Amino acid sequence: MSTVNRAAGGTADYLDQRTGVGLAVKSFARKIFPDHWSFLLGEIALYSFVVLLISGVFLTMFFVPSMTLVTYDGPFAAMNGVEMSEAFASTLALSFEVTGGLLMRQIHHWAALLFMASIVTHMMRVFFTGAFRKPREINWLVGFVLMILGLAAGFSGYSLPDDVLSGNGLRITDGVVKSIPVVGSYMSYMIFGGEFPGEHIIPRLFTLHILVIPGLILALIGLHLFLVVLHKHTQYPGPGRTDRNVVGYPLFPVYVAKAGGFFFIVFGVIALMAGTMTINPVWNYGPYDPSPVGAGAQPDWYMLFLEGALRLMPGTGTEWVIAGYTLSLNVLIPAVIVPGLLFTALALYPFIEAWASGDKREHHVLDRPRNAPVRTASGVAILTAFFVLLVAGANDLVATHFALSLNDLSRLFRVLFFVAPVIAFVVTKRICLGLQRKDRELVLHGHETGRIVRFANGEYVEVHKPLDQYERWLRVNYDAHRPLELLPAEDERGVRRKGYRRDALRARVSRFFYEDRVEPVTPAELAAAQSHGEHDALGGAEHGDPTLLQAAANIKPEHGGNPAGEVVAGPRTPRH
Amino acid sequence: MKAIAARRHHRFAPVVLLALALVLTGGLYAALAPSAEGAAAPTTDDVEAGRALFVANCATCHGVNAEGRDGNPTLIGVGAASVDFQVSTGRMPMQLEGPQAAAKPPQFDREEIDQLAAYVASLGPGPAVPSAEQVDPALGDPANGGAIFRTNCAMCHGAIGAGGALSEGKYAPALAQSTPTEIYTAMLTGPQSMPVFNDANITPEEKRDVIAYLEEQKNGSPGGTSLGSIGPVGEGIWIWVVGMGLLIASAVWIGAKSS
Ligand code: HEC
Ligand code: HEC
Ligand code: HEM
Repeated sequence: MSTVNRAAGGTADYLDQRTGVGLAVKSFARKIFPDHWSFLLGEIALYSFVVLLISGVFLTMFFVPSMTLVTYDGPFAAMNGVEMSEAFASTLALSFEVTGGLLMRQIHHWAALLFMASIVTHMMRVFFTGAFRKPREINWLVGFVLMILGLAAGFSGYSLPDDVLSGNGLRITDGVVKSIPVVGSYMSYMIFGGEFPGEHIIPRLFTLHILVIPGLILALIGLHLFLVVLHKHTQYPGPGRTDRNVVGYPLFPVYVAKAGGFFFIVFGVIALMAGTMTINPVWNYGPYDPSPVGAGAQPDWYMLFLEGALRLMPGTGTEWVIAGYTLSLNVLIPAVIVPGLLFTALALYPFIEAWASGDKREHHVLDRPRNAPVRTASGVAILTAFFVLLVAGANDLVATHFALSLNDLSRLFRVLFFVAPVIAFVVTKRICLGLQRKDRELVLHGHETGRIVRFANGEYVEVHKPLDQYERWLRVNYDAHRPLELLPAEDERGVRRKGYRRDALRARVSRFFYEDRVEPVTPAELAAAQSHGEHDALGGAEHGDPTLLQAAANIKPEHGGNPAGEVVAGPRTPRH
Repeated sequence: MKAIAARRHHRFAPVVLLALALVLTGGLYAALAPSAEGAAAPTTDDVEAGRALFVANCATCHGVNAEGRDGNPTLIGVGAASVDFQVSTGRMPMQLEGPQAAAKPPQFDREEIDQLAAYVASLGPGPAVPSAEQVDPALGDPANGGAIFRTNCAMCHGAIGAGGALSEGKYAPALAQSTPTEIYTAMLTGPQSMPVFNDANITPEEKRDVIAYLEEQKNGSPGGTSLGSIGPVGEGIWIWVVGMGLLIASAVWIGAKSS
């Protein structure tokens, strides 16, 4: 034991003297990380990427990225004598001949689905808690690009086995590329090295899939995590947590142990699924051949929204022939324009919100979703639109499983795509405002206790129990932005002000965001509520909750710099 | 044998061979070709019994002499194969009005179905019920059947016959429960929205290959549970329910451990 220790110590010392790494490791190990289950969502993505790398390297050893035709002759009898590309034949060999190959394929594919699912969930967490606010806008963009790269990785991988489903996907891609005006057909020829399907697409996708895209993802994950460490992790609002501190555990050993353990859980779940549940049974779909198209031909779930958009778009009347050139709006709008708009809005959201609020401060305490009603409602609206497209992409399965008419469903989804997000927006916003009002109510009047007291004069009242300081902190400690004021169009000398129109637009956006709001309870309001609430005090043992007095006395601006874990009673005063 | 071998250069040998070949094909044709009478030639009693059943159960829609009425099709010339398919899958007698007559537990036993088929076959020539040998999956080539299935059937029935949606509430059913005879007669008669695949389109041997292919799907998936064989959408649902479900549960558990 002691020799091991000495050896380890010696090595560490050797390294430290030459690189000074000791200091970096020490300060990194002491880094404080706040704890919450939703902070592990990003880790699911990270770990499934690690699983993708490991299983992907294995697949690369056996997969042949070639479109040369061969005749199958192997253990899978139902394919004997069938002509197929080498890519497909090697996928069959991976599935039926290579020891552990089928398990590896299934691990790789389930991990890919999990990778995208966890990225999307992680993104939702960041969005709904406002973790993208200054100084983390750049990291939001990095994460956004990672999501796009994940889509690209999934799509390029899905196309590699060269089965009927993946070939159909490439056929659709070809159609989408060709729908781009003017350059479309040239681009298609460039991508496929000639007329679809050609002989080049699989080797090309292979290079992208195993080299370019994973390389980019790896680099960006590095940047992403570096920025997380640089900015320090955000924390949920709670007692003692401010924009100037971090409350949590040191990275080493607590967080490392948890995170390391979680890696094995993620790997375990993927392996469990891969060991028991079939995924992408390419032997059912058969080798790609442009003529057959199977019913139920869909892409993986993360691409399904595009399929849905294409399925919903009416075909008649949306293909225009202009001066002998066809403009395929029926493809261009659903496959390029609508997703383009949705994704751009998502990427730019932090900047739009900051512009609307005019808030230039740093934020390290997360928002409770209810305290940002328009943000929460916009997020739910985007998700609703996305979900409608997802279901529309599976409309044939919905039709058969619920015995509905495909045509009725398409009509329904066309309407829902426009109506459902609006309804979702309005309903979510109202729920948020309602919850905020309920919080106010609770802070001002305390919990109902169900105890009824009768006064000497015959009046009945219910005793309310005041909130304790933890509960109150959570409910009063947020900003309610007000809409930006619009300065007059002309200055005091009657000269038209430059930039007035931009300001007017900005004021309008700001009103959209912050017109309806529920302000947090101020200490003064609290004190007032407390003094008229003589009855409430009957329930409590003490006359007048001491934390309230403290809260009311605490109107000094900024108590910043609270040491980690220390609890400060009372609401924070507004900063401006 | 020796005697035949010795005469194989005789000048009549080609003629004899030709004659033999003709007899053989003729015999095979007679044995295999769908004939109006069907496999086991039905007796007049069968036809009579079938007629009685028909009048009692089917005539309201199809007319007393199966001539068709009120938009219900005539059955003259549809053949025994069509009756066998429609009645043994429970589609006929039709009950609920819907986008298409749905399969349900059959209402007649084997003997009654044969009698009904015999009656309808006696009205006019049509495709007969295939023999046991014609639908024997062991004699078919599943690889060829798979190729035929992918080009001719998968666009409606899905990659391995898991079913699919057609327009206006119609659907191509899942084929996992279909018997070899039903698969054969379905192709031969083309029920409702399904096209007819006659013997010029898909030869009887190829039909048997298709049967062999579909039978092989009953062995299950080499990759584990098949998740209903509905493709990537099913997989997508499972990754959210099982994958994300388990992992979020563990994350909550790990998160709860600290505070
Ligand atoms: C409620 C009315 C109704 C009854 C009762 C009924 N059928 Fe039908 N049958 C139909 C209709 C309608 C069709 C056409 C189905 C279609 O193509 O959608 C049909 C189709 C058929 C066909 C297929 C015809 C073809 O072109 O291949 C057969 C065979 C048949 N029926 C046999 C029977 C027999 C035998 C019975 C009695 C056991 C019966 N039907 C009872 C309404 C009925
Ligand atoms: C145009 C779409 C279409 C194609 C192509 C098609 N089918 Fe069908 N198939 C249907 C429909 C619709 C039904 C249901 C008919 C009914 O309910 O009467 C059906 C029914 C069947 C049935 C009966 C299933 C049951 O539930 O009893 C079998 C077996 C079958 N098809 C096999 C095939 C085979 C084999 C092929 C290819 C050679 C094929 N089908 C091609 C649409 C199609
Ligand atoms: C970045 C994240 C990645 C994602 C989202 C991803 C996704 C996919 C998908 C969906 C498939 C289809 C699998 C199938 O069902 O057969 C696939 C195939 C493949 N992937 Fe990846 N992959 C990723 C990274 C990698 C890496 C890093 C490598 C290699 C270093 C790799 C190598 C392969 C190979 C060789 C195949 C084809 C093998 C086969 O189809 O059986 N992948 N990938």
